[in-house]
Amino acid sequence: MSEKILVIGESRDGVLRNVTFEAIGAAKKINSSAEIVGVLCGNDNLNSQAKEMIYYGADRVVTVTNEKLATYTSDGYGQAVLAVMEEESPDAIVMGHTAVGKDLTPKLASKLESGLISDAVDINLVGDQVVFTRPIYSGKAFENKIITEGLVFATIRPNNIKALDRDDSRSGEVQEKSVDISDLRTVIKEVLRKASEGVDLSEAKVVVAGGRGVKSADGFKPLYELADVLGGAVGASRGACDADYCDYSLQIGQTGKVVTPDLYIAVGISGAIQHLAGMSNSKVIVAINKDPEANIFNVADYGIVGDLFEVIPILIEEIKSLKVNA
Amino acid sequence: MNIFVLLKKTFDTEEKIVVSNGRIEDDGAEFIINPYDEYAVEEAIKQRDEHGGEVTVITIGDEDSEKQLRTALAMGADKAVLINTEDDLDEGDQFTTTKILEAFFEDKDVDLILAGNVAIDEASGQVGPRLAERLGFNYVTTITSLEIDGNTAKIDKDVEGDVEKIETSLPLLVTCQQGLNEPRYPSLPGIMKAKKKPLEELEIDDLELDEDELEPKTKTVDIFLPPEKEAGRVLEGEVDAQVKELVTLLRNEAKVL
Ligand SMILES: Cc1cc2nc3c(=O)[nH]c(=O)nc-3n(C[C@H](O)[C@H](O)[C@H](O)COP(=O)(O)OP(=O)(O)OC[C@H]3O[C@@H](n4cnc5c(N)ncnc54)[C@H](O)[C@@H]3O)c2cc1C
Ligand SMILES: Cc1cc2nc3c(=O)[nH]c(=O)nc-3n(C[C@H](O)[C@H](O)[C@H](O)COP(=O)(O)OP(=O)(O)OC[C@H]3O[C@@H](n4cnc5c(N)ncnc54)[C@H](O)[C@@H]3O)c2cc1C
Repeated sequence: MSEKILVIGESRDGVLRNVTFEAIGAAKKINSSAEIVGVLCGNDNLNSQAKEMIYYGADRVVTVTNEKLATYTSDGYGQAVLAVMEEESPDAIVMGHTAVGKDLTPKLASKLESGLISDAVDINLVGDQVVFTRPIYSGKAFENKIITEGLVFATIRPNNIKALDRDDSRSGEVQEKSVDISDLRTVIKEVLRKASEGVDLSEAKVVVAGGRGVKSADGFKPLYELADVLGGAVGASRGACDADYCDYSLQIGQTGKVVTPDLYIAVGISGAIQHLAGMSNSKVIVAINKDPEANIFNVADYGIVGDLFEVIPILIEEIKSLKVNA
Repeated sequence: MNIFVLLKKTFDTEEKIVVSNGRIEDDGAEFIINPYDEYAVEEAIKQRDEHGGEVTVITIGDEDSEKQLRTALAMGADKAVLINTEDDLDEGDQFTTTKILEAFFEDKDVDLILAGNVAIDEASGQVGPRLAERLGFNYVTTITSLEIDGNTAKIDKDVEGDVEKIETSLPLLVTCQQGLNEPRYPSLPGIMKAKKKPLEELEIDDLELDEDELEPKTKTVDIFLPPEKEAGRVLEGEVDAQVKELVTLLRNEAKVL
């Protein structure tokens, strides 16, 4: 019997987040021969997003369009996704471990009285068992976890599980499903957008993060330049956000965004455990700090003990000349 | 207002993790109130002081969880409930925890439940929304501001750094994010008073639950430490030379440039 796996897609400003494609990759790891059905909710035409999901490996996509789904609410999306689930009765469900994924999936799991494994960074098959690996204790340890009964349900941490290559010769059916959504009991009156334009921090391949050591909002400017030459995004510690050097939307850590870039450059960040929880899984970590005892050096692959205001301008020039010569 | 706080005891943030036989060693570890639950306790006390009513703090745990409950009482909560599962249950997960809480709340008159956004140990962030769904309550996760007026709640919700201004109604469950408030330290008189405040201990029998219906849906099959990283390479020499070396290493050794 062939299995069916639902992948719940998520977009930002009308563009699918990359973790949606990674979730399709995750579904393939759970069962490479399962039918993968994408689910998209919104108020606009979702056809082109649905096609993208198909190019990245979905076999079919169900879209639910309704004015009550213009912005995410647990109430509205909950009703829409549950309706799709009832019709499809999937064997597994995968979604990104994002603000929306964290808010929505426990509600669905609870409604269905099913298990849910949140924030998986790896998926492996051991015999016919699907084993999920997830960080625990702020990344100080990992656990391997399985679902013992019923629906296999998981969220995945962005940037850890590979998406398949995009193949725009792939085709599949896009089905529009209409769902009656009852009045929302939780209403979003206004959204104050803080997150900056450009590269999505949680999906960036390179992150340049500044801490309290950067000392001012002006001090962050060279970090933007460095991120720019590296094609990456700027992040920050709580310390820098609290001091108003940058916006909270840049915060990385347990309270902020969790990132897993190929390269993380920590600039003037001491390396508190709550910060490490958001970045210690990065593939390569560089620390620049004037204090040789700073905890960040304990997780760094490469460290420069020195004054960031001296180091960063030179680093920018070096990388620029590297790019020119490349 | 009838206000309830869900509190989990967790390893102290700075505690070193030792794994033996596929589980985390907790002998001798320091335990604290999960930091996000401290925000919940603080907010509950503030809301009670503003609107009147009572704050009850509830935890599912063991005998030792009394310590964290007493701390919450010393901060200013009125009552505490410990659901002690030590003798009855060996295993549990977020489903189990929710099921127990659901049974606890069944006959309670509730206006507001505050939970942490995430517990810093197992960190699924599931328990709040799971419980709200079972109780049929509205819920808002990761809140950074809460204003209650009659039956209406005005909330700021942190969404990856953006702020959503939300309006909803009681009964309500919220999960607390850093930035909501600054938790107070228990005062000395607070600590003295806490010793006399009611702390009720329940077992699953008292909630008319039995083991079978609490069977977890997930199972941890292994716990391990991250692969030991080679000590990072701290570069030496003049700043110029260090930066040059760094770029070369990132390019040729780490292959990320
Ligand atoms: C519940 C809770 C949740 C939290 N969540 C988060 C979170 O999500 N993310 C987070 O980051 N923090 C979080 N924190 C806060 C965390 O504990 C630290 O306070 C914070 O990370 C410190 O920020 P920092 O490293 O920038 O500042 P500091 O600790 O002050 O470090 C500044 C560093 O800059 C270095 N420095 C100074 N000047 C220079 C210079 N000229 N050149 C080079 N180096 C220099 C110093 O040596 C120092 O190491 C949380 C705390 C709590 C209690
Ligand atoms: C009988 C039983 C046995 C268990 N055995 C194990 C075990 O062997 N190993 C193991 O690692 N874990 C065990 N657990 C714990 C369980 O796996 C989860 O830790 C728990 O369900 C909370 O999930 P979380 O840590 O992901 O919390 P999150 O969902 O991240 O927590 C969010 C919020 O929910 C509330 N909350 C969470 N847990 C509790 C609680 N216990 N009491 C009150 N409020 C809470 C808090 O407000 C918290 O901030 C057991 C639980 C039970 C009930």
